[in-house]
Amino acid sequence: MSEAVHPGASPVPVERAAAREASGETRTQRDTDLPDAELDRRLARTWGRPAGLVGWLSSVDHKEVGWRYFVTAMVFLALAGSAAMAMRAQLARPDAGLIGPDLYNQIFTMHGTTMMFLFAVPVMQAFGVYLVPLMVGARCIAFPRLAAFSFWVYLFGGLMLWIAFLLNAAPDVGWFAYTPLSGPQFSPGKRSDIWAQMITFTEVSSLAVAVSVIVTVFKHRAPGMTLDRIPLAVWAMLVTSFVVIFAMPAVMLASTMLILDRLVSTQFFNHEAGGDQLLWQHLFWFFGHPEVYIIFLPATGFVSSIVVAFAQRPAFGYLPLVLALVATAFLSFGLWVHHMFATGLPQLGASFFTASSMLIAVPSGIQIFCWIATLWGRRPAMATPMLFVMGFLVIFVMGGMTGVMVASVPLDLQVHDTYFVVAHFHYVLIGGAVFPLLGAFYFWYPKFTGRMMSERLGRWNFWLAFVGFNLTFFVMHVLGLMGMPRRVYTYPSDSGWGPLNMVSSIGSVMLAASFGLFFVNALWSLRRGVRAPSNPWNAGTLEWALPSPPPAYNFARIPIVTHHEPLWKERESLPVAHGLAVDEREILVSTLVEARPDLREVVPGSSIWPLISAIALSIAFVASIFSPYAALWGGALVGAALLGWFWPKSSHEDEE
Amino acid sequence: MKTRLAVDLSGLPPFGFDNRSPIWWGTLGFVAIEGMGFVLAVGLTLYLKHVNPHWPMDAAPPDLLPGTLLTGVLLASLWFNRSADKAARDGDLSGTRLWLVVMTVVGLATIGLRLWEFNALNVRWDQNAYGSCQWLLLGLHATHLITDVGDTAVLTALMFTKHGRGKRYSDVSDNAFYWSFVVAAWIPIYGLVYWVPRW
Repeated sequence: MSEAVHPGASPVPVERAAAREASGETRTQRDTDLPDAELDRRLARTWGRPAGLVGWLSSVDHKEVGWRYFVTAMVFLALAGSAAMAMRAQLARPDAGLIGPDLYNQIFTMHGTTMMFLFAVPVMQAFGVYLVPLMVGARCIAFPRLAAFSFWVYLFGGLMLWIAFLLNAAPDVGWFAYTPLSGPQFSPGKRSDIWAQMITFTEVSSLAVAVSVIVTVFKHRAPGMTLDRIPLAVWAMLVTSFVVIFAMPAVMLASTMLILDRLVSTQFFNHEAGGDQLLWQHLFWFFGHPEVYIIFLPATGFVSSIVVAFAQRPAFGYLPLVLALVATAFLSFGLWVHHMFATGLPQLGASFFTASSMLIAVPSGIQIFCWIATLWGRRPAMATPMLFVMGFLVIFVMGGMTGVMVASVPLDLQVHDTYFVVAHFHYVLIGGAVFPLLGAFYFWYPKFTGRMMSERLGRWNFWLAFVGFNLTFFVMHVLGLMGMPRRVYTYPSDSGWGPLNMVSSIGSVMLAASFGLFFVNALWSLRRGVRAPSNPWNAGTLEWALPSPPPAYNFARIPIVTHHEPLWKERESLPVAHGLAVDEREILVSTLVEARPDLREVVPGSSIWPLISAIALSIAFVASIFSPYAALWGGALVGAALLGWFWPKSSHEDEE
Repeated sequence: MKTRLAVDLSGLPPFGFDNRSPIWWGTLGFVAIEGMGFVLAVGLTLYLKHVNPHWPMDAAPPDLLPGTLLTGVLLASLWFNRSADKAARDGDLSGTRLWLVVMTVVGLATIGLRLWEFNALNVRWDQNAYGSCQWLLLGLHATHLITDVGDTAVLTALMFTKHGRGKRYSDVSDNAFYWSFVVAAWIPIYGLVYWVPRW
C-alpha cells in the first residue's frame, strides 16, 4: 500500500504501535472489538483514495472503475446510436443523397464495431466489475489495479477509433473486416489498421477483466457461499468470463496477423502466396459467435436477479439455470461455421453446424421456462425493471425463432447478407441483451447512486423502446425477404423497398427518443431522484445489505452466507466474520468449492501506475500502426511502466 | 442491516502457495489465455499446411541445431526452475537468490538462442504463408520468453532488497509455475516448426 492512502499526518502508526504494545503480539489493529462507527471511520480512511485529480486518476475501487466503465460504454452507445440514426436517415427514402458511399461504409463499420467492442462487451463487464465483488461479499475485486488498467486501455482504444473517424480515417470494411477486402491490396491507407488495433486494445482490456472476475468468484467469496449458493447473476458473469478467455485470443491473433499482412507483408491471407482468405473467417467467427454469448449470458444473469426479486421467491430451477449457462458456453464454440454457409463448405460440415446451432435453443428454452415458472402464480409489480424483462422475453424469443430459421443452410443461403439477417441479430442482441441491460440499470441504479430512477419516465422509456424497436426491425425481416442487401448506401425507387424503409426509420426515431429519455432519467435522478433505501426491491442477495451507494470498503465485516438468497434467510441480523485488519487493505481469501476462510491477504491500494502503463501501452499500439519498430521500443516503454507499477513503493506494501 | 459476530478470521495465515493464492489463479488465467493463443497458432499453421500441397513451400526446412539446442536448454532449465520454487517454499532466502540468478542467466541464454533460430529458419516471413507461420510461431513464443525473463530479472532484483520476504516467496513460486508453462508450450511448437517440414 502506498503512503498516499493515508493523507496528511496519519495517527495510524501511533495507534498501531499502541495496539501492538497492548496485545503484546498483534502488529495490526483488528476490527473485532471496534464499535461500528469507529470501524466505519477507520475502514473509510484505509480504503478511501486521496482527493484531487491525481487521486481520482489513481482510484482502484472496483465501484469507481465499474461506474467509469458504465459511463464510457453509454457514451459509446450514444455515438454508435447516432451512426445508426444517420444510416436510417439516408435509407428512409430511395435514391437519397445525404451520405455518400465512402462515408456510409465508415458509418456502418463504426456502428457495428462500436456497438460490439466498445459498448456491449464493456457494459456487461462494467456490471461484473461493479457488482460481482458486492454479490459475493468481498471488499474489492481481485487484482484491483489490473481492473483499473483495463478501463484505461478500453478508453484509449475507443478514443483512438473515434478520433480516426473525425480524421476521415475510420475503418470502412464492416465490423468483421473480411479479408481480402481489409487486406493490403484492397484497403490501402490506415483504415483497416485502426480497426485491427482497436481490437487489440479492447481484447487486452476484456481479457484482463475476465481474469479479475474469475479470481474474485473463485477466491474472494464470503464464508459459506458454496458453489450452489453463488447468485445466478454471478454465475452468469463467471461463465461469460470463461467464454472471453477462450474466444478472444482468436480475434486478437487474427487481427495481429491482419496487421502483419498489411505492415510487414506476411502472407497469411494472401491466396497468391499460399495464404487463405477463409482462414480469416474461421478465426474471426471462432471468436465472433461466442461473442454473442459474451453479451447475452450476463443479460440472463440480470433477468434472473430481477425475476427473483420481483417474484419474491427463489429462482425455480437454480441448478438447470446454472447448467444452461455452462451448456450455452460450451455450445457457443461449436457454431461459428453457420456464419460461413455461403462460402461453399463441405455439406457434411454444414449439416453438423446446423445441428449444433439448433441445439443451442435447448438451454435457452430451459432458461425461459425456469423464469416463467419462477413468476408463475405471482403478481409481480410491473415496475420498470420488470417491464424490460417482459419486453426481453417477447423480443428474444422472436429473435430465437429466426435464429433457428437461419441455422438451416437452404434458408440461410437465400437470406445471407440481406436485411433479414440484420433483423435477426438485432432481435437477439437488443432483445436479448439491451432490454435486460436497461432493466438492470433501473434495478441497480439505487445501489449505484443512492437514488431511485423516475418510474414515470421509466414507463415512457420502456414503451417507446418496445414499440420503436419492433417498428424499426420487424419490417427489416420483410425487406430482407424482398431481397434488400445489407450495407448498401442507397437503393433505387423501383425496388419497392421505399415504404418499409420509411416505416423502419420512423421506428428508429422512437427508439432513439426512448434512449434519450433513458439518459434524461439517469441524469435527472442523480440529483432529483427519490432517496433509495439500502434494499428498495426487498431482494435477497448480498449487495442489498449495504448502504446505497456502498462505502469504499463495501462490507465493514465480511458476511457469512447460509442460503443463495442470504438476506431472505437471515431477516433479523446477518452473521458476519471478524478479525480482519482495519489499518491496511486486508481481505479474505476463501477456498474454491466450499468458500471456507483460508487466508488474510493485503491487497494493493490506489496507484497512478495503471494509468501510466495504459498510456505507455497505447503509445506502443498506436505507433505500431505506423512502424513495425514501435513493437520493439514500445515494448520497452511498456516494460518500464510495468516495472514502476510492480516495484514496491514502501516496505509496508510487501509485509507478510 | 444488523450484524452479529460469528466467525473469527484473525488466526488465518497471511499468504499461501499454489491454489490457495489468488495470484496463482490469476497466473493460471493468463496461462489459459496464452495457451489458447498457442493452440490457435498451431491450428492455423496446420490449416495452411492442409491447403498447400507443399510444406515447406519453396524453402529448405529450418536448421535443426539452434532449435534443438534451445529445447535442450529449456528442458534443463526445468530443474533450476524447480530448485528456485523449492527454495522459495522453504523460505530459504540465499537459495532463492541463487536459483533466481541462475534462471535469469539461463533465460537470457534462451533469448540469444531464439535470435539464432530466426536466422536459421531458411525462410523470410514475407516469402509465403509457410514463412509467415514459421515466424509467427517462433515470435509468439519469443514474446513469452522475453516476458518471463523480464519478470524473473525484476523478481531476482527484488529478492536482493529489503522487499525479499513474506509474500514474495509465493511470487517466486508463481513465476516458476509460469516458466514451466513457457517450456511446455514450446514442445509442440518445436515439433511443428522443425519436424513437420521434414515429414
